Amino acid sequence: MKISKSPWVLHYDGSSCNGCDIEVLATMTPLYDVERFGIINTGNPKHADVLLLTGGVNAQTAPVIRQLYNMMPDPKVVVACGICACDGGIFKECYNILGGADKVVPVDVYVPGCAVRPEALIEGVVKAVGILEEKKKKLKESMKAGYCTVDYSKMAVHMTSDDYDPSTQYDAVLTEEALREQAEEKIKASARPVAPAPKPAAPAQGAAPATNPAAQAAAANNAEKGENK
Amino acid sequence: MTVEMIIKAVIYVLLAPFIGGTLAGVDRVFAARMQGRQGPPLFQPFYDVAKLLSKQTTVVNSIQVLFVTVYLIFTIFTGALFFAGGDMLLVFFALSMSEVMLVLAAFSSNGPYSIMGAQRELLQMMCYEPMTLLVAIGFYYANGSFMVNDLIKAEIPAIVQIPGFFIGFVFILIIKLRKSPFDLSTSHHMHQEMVKGLTTDLSGGNLALVEIAEWYDLVLMMGIVGMFFITANPISRVWAVLAVIIVFFLETLIDNLFPRVKYQTMLKVTWSVILIFAGTNLLILNVLK
Repeated sequence: MKISKSPWVLHYDGSSCNGCDIEVLATMTPLYDVERFGIINTGNPKHADVLLLTGGVNAQTAPVIRQLYNMMPDPKVVVACGICACDGGIFKECYNILGGADKVVPVDVYVPGCAVRPEALIEGVVKAVGILEEKKKKLKESMKAGYCTVDYSKMAVHMTSDDYDPSTQYDAVLTEEALREQAEEKIKASARPVAPAPKPAAPAQGAAPATNPAAQAAAANNAEKGENK
Repeated sequence: MTVEMIIKAVIYVLLAPFIGGTLAGVDRVFAARMQGRQGPPLFQPFYDVAKLLSKQTTVVNSIQVLFVTVYLIFTIFTGALFFAGGDMLLVFFALSMSEVMLVLAAFSSNGPYSIMGAQRELLQMMCYEPMTLLVAIGFYYANGSFMVNDLIKAEIPAIVQIPGFFIGFVFILIIKLRKSPFDLSTSHHMHQEMVKGLTTDLSGGNLALVEIAEWYDLVLMMGIVGMFFITANPISRVWAVLAVIIVFFLETLIDNLFPRVKYQTMLKVTWSVILIFAGTNLLILNVLK
């Protein structure tokens, strides 16, 4: 039996304006009714075949997305819904946005749009289901050829807290520390070069004259950083 | 006699998944039509289970597999016993045993949603267990036997003597078939306040086993509904099938009409219905006989 007859979908919002999320839910309504294709919106990664990601990824949601991806049983596909999930979109320059969903998990289908149209979304999922089918076939072929000795469809994976080791989990692009470093670098880069410090106020007016030199030094530091950039 | 029983049991074991799966598909199509949608294909539950069987199975705890398998075996055993013409009391005891196995499977994983689902399932069992026992007692009062084989040879249908038990049983079917006002333990469809409750930590093949067990369960429950109408007269079987269709449609309708309730409400409402209808019926039977 084909897997494409009942793709169960898990929907996660990285960090977005919720426009795409509303469109994802719109596909469940009587007008679009994705249940025609056997698609069910499950809230459970362990039951899901397709991971729908909306919105750009930030440092806080990156580990969550990765964990959801790891929890999904093979074969699985990821669909990036909307331009934010594709590469960051309008929020790309924000200090806290790492970029599209492909920064943390391998994305199979990119569905552009702001917000993504339900029709496009359905087509994206249908394409993803085709890829799901291909992945299953490849898994079988590689097993026949002897490249892959483990039948993932038969193997029972034990996942208890003792077995869970973040370092062995799937790591598409960056580790957690690298993600944090990247975010910090972005914060540094986005810090504007401070305008030349105003002349220190007269000592009589200053509430705490003793702190003034320190503030001055900090301002000078910032200015220096700006210059270095 | 025993050969006949074995044949009946084997027929049930072979046919029940197909009937149950089709009924589940009909349920989903009806639900979709009630919501103004086209709905999935009729055989969608079979596609789902076939897909689940071909997927990777992640297991949080190896004993979970044992519990889920035993759950399926007990459910099949229960149904086979009923359709072979066995003892009603044993049927209901084995049924609660199978439910306990599912609860244990959910408790064995350490996930909070799974454990919450298991606790809610226990509460649901507390709600419907009295009624299932009362149904067996009601049949005994009506026809003087616990054996299904004797009950189907009755002169007049059991519904005439125990209509209150029938109402109570149809009411607890809402819980048993995991329909909306009382689907507390496994949040179905868009109800996802605790992910999937009981089945959260089951995936792939294990989830498929649970689905198949629920098909068997569905056929058994519909069989018990039909029992209220069956007599020695062969035409009564037509009435039984009609009653099953009406009850099944009613359950889907209720599923789509009512929002979820809290477990306190479920407990109060279910026990009130059982006490008022089945209790009164039992009293009247006691006085008359």
